[in-house]
Amino acid sequence: MDVYLPIANLAVNGLVIVLLGALTGLLSGLFGVGGGFLTTPLLIFYGVPPTVAAASAASQVTGASVSGAFAHARRGGIDYQIGGVMVVGGVVGTGIGAVLFNLLSALGQIDVAINILYVVVLGSVGIIMAREAVPQVFSGRLARFGKPPSKRRHHPLVASLPLRWRFYRSGLYISPLAPLLLGVAVGVLTMLMGIGGGFLLVPAMLFILGMSAQVVVGTSLFQILFVTMATTMMHALTTRAVDVVLAALLLVGSVSGAQVGTRFASNARPEVLRLVLAGLVLAVAARMAVGLTFRPDEIFTVVPL
Amino acid sequence: MIVPGRILLRFLTGLSILSVAAAAREPILVPEISQHEVVVRQGFTGADLLLYGAILEPDGTRVGTGRAYDIVVVLKGPLEAITLREKRKKLGMWVNAESTSFRSAPAFYALASSRPVSQIVDAKTAAIYELGLEWLQLSPIGAIDPQQQDQFATGLVEKRVASGLYRQDESAVTISEGVLYQARIALPSSVTTGNYTAETFAIDDGRVVASATSEVEVVKRGFERAVELFSIQQAFWYGLAAVALSVFMGWSAGRLFASR
Repeated sequence: MDVYLPIANLAVNGLVIVLLGALTGLLSGLFGVGGGFLTTPLLIFYGVPPTVAAASAASQVTGASVSGAFAHARRGGIDYQIGGVMVVGGVVGTGIGAVLFNLLSALGQIDVAINILYVVVLGSVGIIMAREAVPQVFSGRLARFGKPPSKRRHHPLVASLPLRWRFYRSGLYISPLAPLLLGVAVGVLTMLMGIGGGFLLVPAMLFILGMSAQVVVGTSLFQILFVTMATTMMHALTTRAVDVVLAALLLVGSVSGAQVGTRFASNARPEVLRLVLAGLVLAVAARMAVGLTFRPDEIFTVVPL
Repeated sequence: MIVPGRILLRFLTGLSILSVAAAAREPILVPEISQHEVVVRQGFTGADLLLYGAILEPDGTRVGTGRAYDIVVVLKGPLEAITLREKRKKLGMWVNAESTSFRSAPAFYALASSRPVSQIVDAKTAAIYELGLEWLQLSPIGAIDPQQQDQFATGLVEKRVASGLYRQDESAVTISEGVLYQARIALPSSVTTGNYTAETFAIDDGRVVASATSEVEVVKRGFERAVELFSIQQAFWYGLAAVALSVFMGWSAGRLFASR
């Protein structure tokens, strides 16, 4: 089934894109991440221009997080207070991201910068996840030892920030600057990399902010939902690279894939899931690292003058 | 976009052809294209253009046996000003290093000929008429040394050949009975919209003895054009529509699956 993408200016096989969306949707259902970190590189690999890939993947992540966010909202799993602060930070972050995007384009290093970001962000997050998941998976299988779950506490740096607010649902008394800055960071990455940032946000909220686990996933989905919406708007206004046809195809796949993934997730051991996710994240990082250090896919790049 | 030197050269050669034609007149070249308009809309996967026509002796008779004109067909897309960047390894990483700008890189270039171009014309004639990928007049901007320029030009050609935007097929023209010629040129789905020119050259004994130009327009139509216009003219509402679409699809899928 050939579909012509009006903004990307090329014909693609619609089924391939729907399947690609389904694959990332499956991941989002399984792991509670948006799957943007996989969509964007796969689209680029398929031949979609990088900017269009990043811009359209953002709207796919929106679609993937909507139903999850609603489900968590019904269960009371969203801390709107801290989520709101993070969304404000995230919107500011997408603005900063857009400025950085233009700056790096002018310098002629945008593709290199995105590549480095992928390797650094995915590489470090993947290693952290793997280091955490490996002992859990194997200790469960051998004997049930290993360190007891550490007491929830926010990072000392967070405690040193001025101005404290009480966040009741998260059970926190911290400075709103901490979630704000976290939101800004994720917003920048969303704009530049076309990712939702869920795989980054969840551990950060747990281990840096020290939020209570019941509201972490819901609040992160809430933040991702609004930040990817802002990203889509920002791309529509600045890079003009949002391809609705591409986004619609990805959405068809991902929203159905997400539902399947959710079924699977309830039957699987969470630590195994985390290990698989860590492997995937590291694989994408490794693939990007090859292009950066060993041999790039393209020596020459063309940009309009 | 227009290089005065090139025009002048063409003009001069044109004059020389005219003066020759006074003695032995031009052969008659009647070119045609299967379609003068390529419409890009849903389901467009590229187009196959058939460039065909007839070649006759100046007096209107068939080309005699034992001698034949060579036919070269060039289809060229709109000229674009581009910057080309080259990656170099620095500190163990491939980063964009050198760059150069070209004022007139064709978005599409396809050459079809009946024999290898190097056997039909000499280098000078090939350069004048831009017959072949190595003779593209890219008009580099700024002073950089010729060797580096060549390297960039080769890089651009290789890149575009790989994506199907540039090609040179030196056996694509078939001439039947010495009269009818035809060549098939494929446009990939990623073609740029705009005006394309198809030039047909009849070449005899290394000289271009007749040439004719016709136009092909590649246009985006219907829904695709509407989407493109919407995204440019009403960027805000376009973005909002994309957001609404994704929220609606995510929400309705959640509803649909939950109710089962």
